[in-house]
Amino acid sequence: MTSDSLLRAFTLLLKRDLTLAIRHRAEILNPLLFFVLVTSLFPLGIGADPKLLQAVGPGVIWVAALLAALLSLEGIFRSDFEDGTLEQFLLSSHPVSVLVIAKVLAHWLITGLPLLVISPLLGVLLGLPGDAIMILLITLALGTPVLSLIGAVGVALTVGLRKGGMILSLLVLPLYVPLLIFAANAVDTAAVGLPVTAHLSLISALLVLSLSLSPLATAAALRISLS
Amino acid sequence: MFNNFFHKMASPRYFYNISGQLIPWIAAACMALFLAGLYYGLVKAPPDYQQGDSYRIMFIHVPAAWMSMFIYVVMAGAGAIGLIWHIKLAEVMAISSASIGASFTFLALVTGSIWGKPMWGTWWVWDARLTSELILLFLYLGVISLYNAIDDKRTAARAVAILALVGVVNIPIIHYSVEWWNTLHQGPTVTKLDKPSIHISMLIPLLLMAFAFKLYYAFVLLMRARCEVLERERHTNWVKELAETK
Amino acid sequence: MSLNEFFHMGGYAFYVWTSYGLALVVLLLNVIGPLRQRKKLLHDIARTNRRARRNTP
Repeated sequence: MTSDSLLRAFTLLLKRDLTLAIRHRAEILNPLLFFVLVTSLFPLGIGADPKLLQAVGPGVIWVAALLAALLSLEGIFRSDFEDGTLEQFLLSSHPVSVLVIAKVLAHWLITGLPLLVISPLLGVLLGLPGDAIMILLITLALGTPVLSLIGAVGVALTVGLRKGGMILSLLVLPLYVPLLIFAANAVDTAAVGLPVTAHLSLISALLVLSLSLSPLATAAALRISLS
Repeated sequence: MFNNFFHKMASPRYFYNISGQLIPWIAAACMALFLAGLYYGLVKAPPDYQQGDSYRIMFIHVPAAWMSMFIYVVMAGAGAIGLIWHIKLAEVMAISSASIGASFTFLALVTGSIWGKPMWGTWWVWDARLTSELILLFLYLGVISLYNAIDDKRTAARAVAILALVGVVNIPIIHYSVEWWNTLHQGPTVTKLDKPSIHISMLIPLLLMAFAFKLYYAFVLLMRARCEVLERERHTNWVKELAETK
Repeated sequence: MSLNEFFHMGGYAFYVWTSYGLALVVLLLNVIGPLRQRKKLLHDIARTNRRARRNTP
């Protein structure tokens, strides 16, 4: 019950999830490959006109990141649900919201961070200027944790359901819309050379908000799903 | 005599031993060709009239691109043999080729991009050849992902063979794309059916590097295939004994 | 071609040497990978053998 044992539980859970992910490297690579593939589909579908690509590039990359995050989110609680670990979380004396933060942090390190690393390459593929790529990186750095945090709420609500994946998308995508709008707009604005401090402040606010509130919501949702 | 050879080759253990002896020789020959190719390409060949010294990237880019397509065809062919005649070694060769092929495709794409920046002013353009080479990379990565996702190696090998065969249609598209579509990428200079339109001082290092890459593929493929054989045959006595003696 | 000219590559040094350097890295990784994997596999198999011998009476 002490904060010391809570810290230990947190780090143990984090380490466990990361070790599992390293052993099943497909967990890291498949969402990444999906991200790159989906982004590549757009030039093929809408034509290769560089001006057009530059105009839609930020939005395309962000939508692809959204979808890749959604795809990888489904597994965040599933294996724990199936072998009963999730129930143990709820029964333990540790606050569930802290354990949730550990799981979400692991998920972001496994899927969000690789997206971040490869995004400059995608920016180049779509012909975005250097300033825009820089801002793209920043918006992704601030925004992908939000995707994991908000997504976790949706997964917690659907973890026990049979066709959970489809319903998850319907729940979570509307919640992602504000982030998408601010982020894509920020990169567009940066591409024409205007300042983006307002956009970045808004995205940071979203991050802080989701960091403080979504673990609580996820914990509550888990209790409902497992009741 | 050949019948005997094929029978023996179908045995993983025989393959493992024979390949272990071959690898050093192939590697040595490969090294020699690389050194010769690099010397003729970086030192002896003169700068290009239009492109200056940047054209020397060609000695990496072109052989890598050739290998990326060649290996895919080998992979699909080996997959087909494994699928039709259930020969274990063919399955092993197919999957062992995948990551090597992906590496060459990646190398071709990146060196092409680096070469393109000073030449055409852009890192990337979505023209037919670059796009189909990118799709080739995705196909390789798909094969690798699918193989790793299936637990049973034999089922995985069959699934991957089907995937590779379906994707083989991409290869002629890449090769002929520069003729079928008006593209930024230059036309064929070596693999057309008449006299190559490249100067001999540049042709020699190109061919040397191309052979070096082929030998490289051969010995790295054998190394990977040996690992795959060990993994698949780990429950047999000869592998168990081998592990004890190491 | 003097040594200076060799490194300078007519002003294209960055492009040429990055390409060749990248090629070297890719080729080395593809050689080192299987070598390490083989050692690891043999080690694993030997360990599994030892455990199996210990567990069977």
